[in-house]
Amino acid sequence: MSKLTLQTEGDRFVVVTRRFAASPEAVYRAHTDPKLVQKWLLGPEGWSMPVCICEAKPGGRIRYEWVSPGKPGFHITGEFLELEPYRRIVHVERMHLPDPTPENRVETVFTPDGSGTLMTMRMTLPNEQARAAMCSSGMEHGMEASYARLELMI
Amino acid sequence: MASVPSNSVFDALADGTRRAILAQLAQGEATVMEIAAPFAMSQPAISQHLKVLEEAGLIVRRVEGTKRPCRLNLDGFRPVNEWLDALRDGLSRSYERLDALLAETKTPQAKRKRK
Repeated sequence: MSKLTLQTEGDRFVVVTRRFAASPEAVYRAHTDPKLVQKWLLGPEGWSMPVCICEAKPGGRIRYEWVSPGKPGFHITGEFLELEPYRRIVHVERMHLPDPTPENRVETVFTPDGSGTLMTMRMTLPNEQARAAMCSSGMEHGMEASYARLELMI
Repeated sequence: MASVPSNSVFDALADGTRRAILAQLAQGEATVMEIAAPFAMSQPAISQHLKVLEEAGLIVRRVEGTKRPCRLNLDGFRPVNEWLDALRDGLSRSYERLDALLAETKTPQAKRKRK
């Protein structure tokens, strides 16, 4: 069973929670140090991030570019809004497809959880274009739709 | 490949009354009268919500004499679930990589001792 939970909240948000076996400080650093972000924020198999700009300060720029052999690459740009070291990050991001999608505001909170960290990330439901890009970035294996999650939607 | 959820599906789900109607229909088929009963809302207002849900493909209606009972159309939820699956899958793989990275960088001293 995955340690990740993903739920819709109200009509606008997706809330993701995940536990990590490391301190909030370490998990926070992995979200704010471009050399680290570049190593893990890659989504489905087969993608890499040759460009990773991550200026972790209020107003600092974000630019992540992903590429995968034989597929059109894409990138996001954004800005950091608020940073409380080891506790909380608020940023906005836009996907470029190539036209930018509306801004997605993402709040990521790191809470001590025993010897590890509970991360809670709340993001805005993306529009159709952004969803399409995410679906086409590698999800080509036939997924059996699970109607169990119907409960989450209603 | 996962088909693209149309905006109408998310728009239809964006309304509290419509989500309540869907929750009610999860119990089984119901007529407009039955659906309207728990709501402080006129039947035409409920019918309007049902129209939105029907156009989004989330419910289907059949004709039974003068009644048009509604039920959930589970296929209509498939694009939403597929999109959530794709998001979940991408995030899961990213965070598995992060687990490995955190384990690597956590205790360099302990690692050295083991060698």
